[in-house]
Amino acid sequence: MLLTRRRFPLPDSTAIGLQHEEEHRPELLHHFADEQQQRDASSLGMWVFLATEVMFFGGMFCAYLVYRRWYFGDFGAASKSINMALGATNTAVLICSSLTVVLAVWAAQTARKKLLIGSLALTMLLGLTFLGIKGMEYRDKFVEHHVPGASFSFDHEEIPGHPGQYANPAHAQIFFSLYFIMTGLHALHMIIGLGIFLWLLIMAWKGRFTPEYNTPVEIGGLYWHFVDIVWIYLFPLLYLIDRH
Amino acid sequence: MTGHSKSSPLPTYFAVFFALLVGTGLTVFAATLDLGRFNAAVALGIATVKATLVALFFMHVWHASEKLTKLVVIAALFFLLLLLGLTMSDYATRPWS
Amino acid sequence: MSMSALIPQPVERENYLNKKYGVWSWLLTTDHKRIALLYLLSITFFFFIGGFFALLIRLELLTPAGDLVQADTYNKLFTMHGMVMVFFLLIPSIPATLGNFLVPLMIGAKDLAFPRVNLLSWYLYIIGGVMMLHCMLTGGVDTGWTFYAPFSTNFTNTKIVEAGLAIFITGFSSILTGLNFVVTIHRMRAPGMTWSRLPLFIWAHYATSIIQLLGTPVVAITIVLVAAERALHLGIFDPKLGGDPVLFQHLFWFYSHPAVYIMILPSMGVITEIIACFSRKRIFGYHFVAFSSIAIAVFGFLVWAHHMFVAGISVYSALVFSFLSYAVALPSAIKVFNWTATLYKGSIHYDAPMLYAFGFLGLFTIGGLTGLFLAALGINVHVTDTYFVVAHFHYIMVGGAVMGYLGGMHFWWPKISGRLYPEGWARLAALIVFIGFNLTFFPQFVLGYMGMPRRYYDYSHMPEFQVLNVLSTAGATVLGVGYLLPMIYFLWSMRYGKPASDNPWNAAGLEWKTASPPPTFNFEEEPVVTWEAYNYEELDAPHPQEVPVAR
Repeated sequence: MLLTRRRFPLPDSTAIGLQHEEEHRPELLHHFADEQQQRDASSLGMWVFLATEVMFFGGMFCAYLVYRRWYFGDFGAASKSINMALGATNTAVLICSSLTVVLAVWAAQTARKKLLIGSLALTMLLGLTFLGIKGMEYRDKFVEHHVPGASFSFDHEEIPGHPGQYANPAHAQIFFSLYFIMTGLHALHMIIGLGIFLWLLIMAWKGRFTPEYNTPVEIGGLYWHFVDIVWIYLFPLLYLIDRH
Repeated sequence: MTGHSKSSPLPTYFAVFFALLVGTGLTVFAATLDLGRFNAAVALGIATVKATLVALFFMHVWHASEKLTKLVVIAALFFLLLLLGLTMSDYATRPWS
Repeated sequence: MSMSALIPQPVERENYLNKKYGVWSWLLTTDHKRIALLYLLSITFFFFIGGFFALLIRLELLTPAGDLVQADTYNKLFTMHGMVMVFFLLIPSIPATLGNFLVPLMIGAKDLAFPRVNLLSWYLYIIGGVMMLHCMLTGGVDTGWTFYAPFSTNFTNTKIVEAGLAIFITGFSSILTGLNFVVTIHRMRAPGMTWSRLPLFIWAHYATSIIQLLGTPVVAITIVLVAAERALHLGIFDPKLGGDPVLFQHLFWFYSHPAVYIMILPSMGVITEIIACFSRKRIFGYHFVAFSSIAIAVFGFLVWAHHMFVAGISVYSALVFSFLSYAVALPSAIKVFNWTATLYKGSIHYDAPMLYAFGFLGLFTIGGLTGLFLAALGINVHVTDTYFVVAHFHYIMVGGAVMGYLGGMHFWWPKISGRLYPEGWARLAALIVFIGFNLTFFPQFVLGYMGMPRRYYDYSHMPEFQVLNVLSTAGATVLGVGYLLPMIYFLWSMRYGKPASDNPWNAAGLEWKTASPPPTFNFEEEPVVTWEAYNYEELDAPHPQEVPVAR
């Protein structure tokens, strides 16, 4: 860091009014020394937040690992009953959406407003597609009585690779509990992501993002990629336990 | 973040995109083979490669202007592995069940 | 009247307290100093609530028979005491009050990195707190603050989900505070404030924030799983359905052990500042103390299953965790050695903050050493779930964390309020706290060793425990008086205390180079740091060498 003396902007009593000698864009918040510091703070803030999310999902992955090891056969039977094609499609959908996100960030950095708006919109569309497919899967599980709770039933499902042996319904219920909680929380994060991207879309439409100021797009993108990475792990762990 | 290479990042983005799709297909295909205990390892391995690609290139960690970003990522992974590893060390060494 | 118009009134300098008046200027503030005071008020309130439950517990234990309350009620008392004290007092206490107030000042920043997130943190704390209050008033929880499954998921019919939700929300308050501190410390240090010049208070809060960020989400998801299991009988923790109750304990303690380091690290940071100032010496082994803070944060995540030695984990796992639990004592011990070495040949001043620091040194050491007893598998089997454990953690949390909190409140009170507290009363209160504390908790070591179980309302099967219990209750009363005194004289001082100068202690640190109380934006001009931390030789030299920062 340079040992230069920077003058703080003069504090003023109206919280909103900006009466400073220096000219700076209105996005620079009062307590930051300059825009670089604000940008660096926002970026680090999002990365640190994603670290907390890693631990949040991590707890569920821990529970999953313990029971998968204990009840591999039962988990295999339960995993077989969820729709692999839909899961794989959803994986591809999210991968496409991650591409549109990086395109949006690049568009913001290179002042391509139309591409920015298009990419943001396309990302949201893909996100909605993901949720729609998820909804279809959930509905299937509801119809088949695989939703944990009072009406859960998983009788007479063969354990893959062990003909004649049937899965323990209580253990299968543990699988489905983890399935719904993990994918449900993931979907909740997806919905929040859609909210964030809607806001980004509106800001982009209003022309707020420029090559000098596009931090919200960048950090919104980081969040979206994280949600994608969680799914990248959820897919094989939930859908592909024992498919041969 | 302003990129510090003059060349466009687009070819990298599309290359990673295709790699991710290929990886997905590979995972599905590998799941249909009987690899015994290695099914899980292969599936998780491919997932890790995909996640790494997303983190390094889509999240710009590869070209991160600061070591701190990489440190945050590594720290998160370290503590996650700690949770999973030390917990499993209990379950894996129980002589019962 | 007409005469007063002729007498020039001194104009009170504008500071963060008088800049704006009115309830909304406080409830919508983004000034970290005001938010710190909002937290101070709320945390003090919950301190009273938790203390009230403690009082009832100690009253019940005066006699061997369970004659004050019923068993179920007693279960609720110790549960609510624990939940309130842990989640609504100890975890936020120093970081949310002293940390919020001082972190930007100590590093030369105008505010935290995310002031609005800071305000959101407080509101989340309040929402969680109100929920917890409502839960307690409408029936409470009886599982112990540790809400072990399957009792909490399958058998109890108390308000687990509501209490869990309250803690979940308050947990986010903790996470966001940690996030704010980490980003602030990385990004907003003043020019010249390198990592090696940071006060060790900052290092301590940085380490605390790492724990808050990485640990709290795991207890959050645990609460989600418990709530889901309770609502739907999922079987994740129910042995009858194939679940493992020990998994709950793994997930719970993965956070709750590091949580105790959230409680003690900031206190260690406070003690470091106080010891340096009142020994008039720079801290011995600055880098050792700094890296020990980080080491405590990291190692703290490696030891959680020492709470589960008798719960059913594998013996090999127990061995590993026992070894790691010994290792985690090392960085704490390093700190104690460094504090002691700082005192050696220092010019000791026995002001109230220093009395609390001395108390901390002794009590934390005892608490820490008894932790080693507990880390030993053989002893652990005998003293688990006895009053030995209760005494151990109260020595650290009350003898350590709360002493540090009180010491810090006294040390920085002139900076926060612009007033001096009455030193005589403060020293008396510190002494009363120390005596009351030892009288309350030392007998509990003996009780536990003799076999008195914890969480029992009735010990009539072993009436010989009564004497020590009576001593403990007497001590608790003394302790309560000791806690009340500062509340009274701090309030008194806000009106009648002597106005404080910028640096009444002639202490090192950027926070002392601005007015008491500071202006809203902390410094008139951004400081440029050209001196090392704890430059007491310069401060005490007849003609101070350093160029004072322009005010």
